[in-house]
Amino acid sequence: MSNFFGLISEWFESIPRIPLAEWTDTMIAFLTLHLRGTTRAISEVLQTYIVGLQDLLTIIPPLLLILLIVIIAWRVAGKSVALLSALGLLFILNIELWDVTMQTLAMLIIAVFLCVLIGLPLGILAAKNHTVHRIITPILDFMQTLPAFVYLLPAIPFFGLGVVPAVITTLIFAMPPVIRLTNLGIKQVPHDLMELGESFGSTFFQILFRIELPLAKSTIFAGINQCIMLSLSMVVIAAMIGAKGLGGIVWSAIQTLNMGMGFEAGVALVILAIILDRITQSFGR
Amino acid sequence: MESKLIVQHLTKIYGNNTAKAYEMLKQGLPNDEIRKKTKQVVGVRDASFAVNEGECFVIMGLSGSGKSTLLRCINQLIKPTAGKIILDGQNLAILPSKELIEIRRKKIGMVFQRFALLPNRTIVDNVAYGLEVQSMPRDERYKKSLAAIEMVGLKGWEHYYPANLSGGMQQRVGIARALATNPDVLLMDEPFSALDPLIRQDMQDELLEIQKKLHKTIIFITHDLDEALKIGERIALMKDAQIVQIGEPEDILLSPATEYVARFVENVNRSKALTASTVMMKPRSIIHPRTGPRTALHLMEKYGISSLFVTDQQGGLIGYIKPEDAAELINQGIKKLDTIIKDDAPTTNLDTPLSDLLEILAHTKIPVAVIDEQNILKGVLVRGAVIAGLAGERMRFDE
Repeated sequence: MSNFFGLISEWFESIPRIPLAEWTDTMIAFLTLHLRGTTRAISEVLQTYIVGLQDLLTIIPPLLLILLIVIIAWRVAGKSVALLSALGLLFILNIELWDVTMQTLAMLIIAVFLCVLIGLPLGILAAKNHTVHRIITPILDFMQTLPAFVYLLPAIPFFGLGVVPAVITTLIFAMPPVIRLTNLGIKQVPHDLMELGESFGSTFFQILFRIELPLAKSTIFAGINQCIMLSLSMVVIAAMIGAKGLGGIVWSAIQTLNMGMGFEAGVALVILAIILDRITQSFGR
Repeated sequence: MESKLIVQHLTKIYGNNTAKAYEMLKQGLPNDEIRKKTKQVVGVRDASFAVNEGECFVIMGLSGSGKSTLLRCINQLIKPTAGKIILDGQNLAILPSKELIEIRRKKIGMVFQRFALLPNRTIVDNVAYGLEVQSMPRDERYKKSLAAIEMVGLKGWEHYYPANLSGGMQQRVGIARALATNPDVLLMDEPFSALDPLIRQDMQDELLEIQKKLHKTIIFITHDLDEALKIGERIALMKDAQIVQIGEPEDILLSPATEYVARFVENVNRSKALTASTVMMKPRSIIHPRTGPRTALHLMEKYGISSLFVTDQQGGLIGYIKPEDAAELINQGIKKLDTIIKDDAPTTNLDTPLSDLLEILAHTKIPVAVIDEQNILKGVLVRGAVIAGLAGERMRFDE
């Protein structure tokens, strides 16, 4: 018996090591060489939008912008959330973190917008087509569990340093819940409501827009809410490759052991997270 | 009468390789054997029937008998494996999807067992759904929807949400939605099965009322024989994916085609399907007013009955007499019955259902006279025969 296992292990050891690391390196080098033109072009465009939005948010007088956000919060989520937003944002303004918070917010808006733009159709497709669902599911698992650092660095050769690779890595990390929950929300639409749509002569898109999406709304918004929260948690990690904003402050505070500064930026991040969470949650209702 | 909808040799086999199973089916193999050999399940097997314009056609069967599948094959929610569904001369089974959508929008309405209302829409927007997908302008579709809502008796509820309404009201919305597009054909998939018995009866009555006004061609699915007998002008009974009998309610009750139908019918509340004409006795004791009291008394004694109907020469009902009054006349030596004829005889029509007769019978001591529109005495109802009818015996009290 032991002889048998001896033989097996001898045979196993004779198999050469699979050079996954080398393959990855070669692959990235290959892709960098051939895709760089495209990715750099994407990077340029994204850069323009993100910086544009950052400029816009910082150009508006802070108090005016706070008033706007509070009005939105009040209309969408009610009095208490509006009050919370007012106090939180005024506090951020008071501790002089307004501009960096707006940088973070701009990055976040672009990242979440792209997540929804790509994730929503993919989620619908996955709900409608079994093959798409089976292909997408392992990819989503991969995106959610692969440590961010592993794809953070390879993003640099493609998109350069700065805010763009930060947004791209945020996309990878934060898009899965949008896809998953869109898929779930649409699959949960009761069968007889689908039959209702069909039997009254609805087209594919009429069923999608008049029955499925409205009924899946709260589930989809739960996905978008998750997406925002995950994006915020990527802010600090993304700062390591040159994204500024609140993450940048935290990152430099860590490097300089400046605990007070780090805590301030951290609290600002939490305030931003809570306001966005409450507002998007009420959208879903 | 013109057939509005004709279903010919409709077969639905579920599975991924239906061709072989269909071959077996055509060779006459039973469903179970087909399932064992090919793993394909027969949903509907060679169903054929024709529904007339304005008719209410009921398809009845227990769950799993294939009745819902059959209904869904009609508007192609389920694609049949074989067979034709001909609506106004057009075979829906081979219609391109664009034309099918048009047919579904304009010609066929559907009502669902669990109502299938959109919870995020108000009642009026639910009712307007079918018009909305036809891209009808808002004002116009609201106008039509409000008319449909009024027809089902929900006026004033149009801006509420389905969750605010009771089950019965929700199904009224479902019916209004199906009526709003003004289709020729209504497909109703166990529409009242999810409702409480009392509300179910109200809804059945209401459907019959609406049908009196609109004369839609209705295909109505149910597992409840009482409901089938009440609603259906004709009934198709399904078992194991097959139609085992088609006929008018009375045919099904009185001459079940198979053992299965007979067993199904055994438990039915017969009072709803049988009418006065099926259980009445021949009026064996008619006399004319000129007959003397002695003859009358003699007839009553002979048959052992306690009252006697009196008719004119044409058979028209005049009234009835009682033996004690006849005896009194004999004592007084009067030869004519005129003075003792009572004209308050309980009467009923030929097509009065038994359920209504029971009440009349309960409140009268003398038999009930069954008369036609010309007041001609057609028969007599006595308690014994009515109860026998309820018990399922088809008795004829012919002499």
